Amino acid sequence: MRNLLGIADLERGQIERLLDRAESLAALSERENKKLPTLSGRTIVNLFFENSTRTSSSFDLAAKRLSADTVSIKAASSSVEKGESLRDTVQTLSAYGPSAIVVRSPYVGAPGMITRWTDAAVINAGDGKHEHPTQALLDAYTLRRRLGKLDDLNIWIVGDVLHSRVARSNIFCLTKLGAKVTVCGPPTLIPRQIEELGCEVSYTLTGSEEADVLYVLRMQNERMSADDTFIPSIREYASRYQINGERLGRDQLLMHPGPVNRGVELSPDVVDAPQSLITEQVAAGVAVRMAVFYELLATRGPDDTDGQLKAAEAVAIAPEDSR
Amino acid sequence: MTDKPKLRLAEPLDVLPDLAGPPSAECLSFRGGDAANLLIRGAHVLDPAADVDAVLDVLIRDGKIVEIGSGLTAPDGCEVVDAAGKHLFPGFVDPHVHLRTPGFEYKEDLATGTRSAAAGGFTSIIAMANTNPPVDSAGALRSLRMRAAEEAVIPVGFSATVTKGMKGLELSEMADLAEAGAVCFTDDGLPIADAGLMRQALQYQRLAGRVIALHQEDPRLARGGVMHEGAVSARLGLAGIPPASESTLIARDALLAEYEDGRIHVQHLSSIQSIEAIAAAKQRGVKITTEVTPHHLSLTDEAIGDGTDANFKMNPPLRTEADRLALIEGLRDGTIDIIATDHAPHAAHEKEIPFEQAAMGVTGLETSFPVVYTDLVLPGILPLELVIDRLTHGADLFDLDRPLIAKDEPANLTLIDLEAEWIVGEEGYESRSDNSCFAGKRVQGKVLLTVASGVTAHRSRSIALQEASN
Repeated sequence: MRNLLGIADLERGQIERLLDRAESLAALSERENKKLPTLSGRTIVNLFFENSTRTSSSFDLAAKRLSADTVSIKAASSSVEKGESLRDTVQTLSAYGPSAIVVRSPYVGAPGMITRWTDAAVINAGDGKHEHPTQALLDAYTLRRRLGKLDDLNIWIVGDVLHSRVARSNIFCLTKLGAKVTVCGPPTLIPRQIEELGCEVSYTLTGSEEADVLYVLRMQNERMSADDTFIPSIREYASRYQINGERLGRDQLLMHPGPVNRGVELSPDVVDAPQSLITEQVAAGVAVRMAVFYELLATRGPDDTDGQLKAAEAVAIAPEDSR
Repeated sequence: MTDKPKLRLAEPLDVLPDLAGPPSAECLSFRGGDAANLLIRGAHVLDPAADVDAVLDVLIRDGKIVEIGSGLTAPDGCEVVDAAGKHLFPGFVDPHVHLRTPGFEYKEDLATGTRSAAAGGFTSIIAMANTNPPVDSAGALRSLRMRAAEEAVIPVGFSATVTKGMKGLELSEMADLAEAGAVCFTDDGLPIADAGLMRQALQYQRLAGRVIALHQEDPRLARGGVMHEGAVSARLGLAGIPPASESTLIARDALLAEYEDGRIHVQHLSSIQSIEAIAAAKQRGVKITTEVTPHHLSLTDEAIGDGTDANFKMNPPLRTEADRLALIEGLRDGTIDIIATDHAPHAAHEKEIPFEQAAMGVTGLETSFPVVYTDLVLPGILPLELVIDRLTHGADLFDLDRPLIAKDEPANLTLIDLEAEWIVGEEGYESRSDNSCFAGKRVQGKVLLTVASGVTAHRSRSIALQEASN
């Protein structure tokens, strides 16, 4: 794997390998010294053209846990506002010789374009309404930890599918791992022909009681303009699609990519209910992103073979193990 | 070769009298040049409108076709082109070209755009009016025509806007514009969203004459879309443009044109629904014609792939295979009258950016014939003579002189090697811009020579010319 642009490009085996890697890395994070020397001396650029707290901090921490040097660039402080093109920005940053560029963009396909202008591995941290592959990976990781496997799971993705890159990546990821996916939301927020991605479509929650997992999406107000409201009111939306204590079954699991609009897509009580995996999803972010860096960078490059790195790790791990 | 079923030529419609100005055919601007003296020897001459389909010699003297026959000898001072194995067609006519002048000369100008046209076998084109400023005043139009008289290597007709500043709020001075030599009216690039204003334009057409050419797209339905709404847009998360954004306006304007007895031309058709709307209007006798681009005949939204190449972004968008096949069928049965390129050059910095941000439009003049020939004629989907007809018939729709390979006609013709294979973009482009959706495509059919209005406008370096030596 050279880049991580989307789940659509991955095969089941590659996804499972990443999840396995994340599990072994997660075990390390329970130690007091959480750092591995794997990417020592290498540089990772976090290039964020959209606001993000959890994704950017999680990538940053994942890189630091692997001992990489990180440079984080927010759009607000970059040259982009001065009219510099994406290409110029990437070429400038590439001059630092980064091993990876993590990019979040409000535009579909920006990470794929960047691969043409840099030798660094490119990791998509969300591109417009297209994909958010690491989110889908950490969701699959969370579910797999809880349930062992995803085969034949019945998963409903509920809410604003139209504007959601999380929905798209999750449809790809969950179906590749053997789950059956239904997307549910008001017809104005379900893209035409989404069923061609291998999911089913429902405009009501009827049938959702059969689901093993309710994956609820954030209502993306920021992607709706004043003259494109898509729904008559938040009140009506909530009355029909909000997952609350009554709609969430005792044996169903609840997921949400965050941040939650409490009282809109979720009632406040279910957020902290025992069925909720929301906190576990957040916690999984670092291990999964470490696994992505490891997969893309540690197994690549002429002088950084997998074997040498494993040896280096063994040395680094040894002192703690013997403590 | 006379056994072949006779091609049904597309019929010209009654075009409104040019009440407010000179005939459109007299409004083309061109820098001219030395009149060609050429003997094109042994080409397969194919011109369905002139009813020629044979291997012949064509003698051009002082820019005029003076003799067509066999075993012609070159008079003194006449160049001889050995055209054995090559095809000679009437010059192509493209009523839908963006020359970007004035205002966007960094994309294209009158010289580069007309050189690009000549390299594609075109001998007359119509330039769109969505420039900066738009061509919405007689003064702007006159100065543009003066520039073309110095720079254009083939004759160019200029359109003028239907509405002032293309704002869609009030009519341009259409009568004055016609008098100043506008060959048609169009707000191309934008629809005329206001039905009431569209009706007024059709009423005013009785005074101004000229065809009104329409970019049909309901902005509220298109809603910021960047590609066809369907499975590919669902996968990529790109906002979709539903076919109904086009077909609903076509239906509306067909009804208005019928009511006002106006004459409209619908630009760049893209969908089945739109073809049906056109067919229904034609059946009712509405004076409506339409065009399709080579890219809509050749590509679908699948070509957008991973959405990282904005050279597949244009408006209307590439649609589905079913739409593409229907467009081919429409072209065959005459529902669609002509092929037009919608040549829309953009600079690299407007295309080498994310799909959603990138400018709409692709170049097309240099690839029009080769792409249609390679993808539709070679596999036997459309006959060559039909394609030649649909590439020249635009002249009739806009009341220009149709190029004919016939005695006493001005030389408007193009010599093409149908055997020659080449890769689009490999040797660059005559256009200033390189935003072709066919870049890298292997095509067959290379334009060797184009003579427009009696003057050699394009000559491939590989063509063998010899001075007459008798």
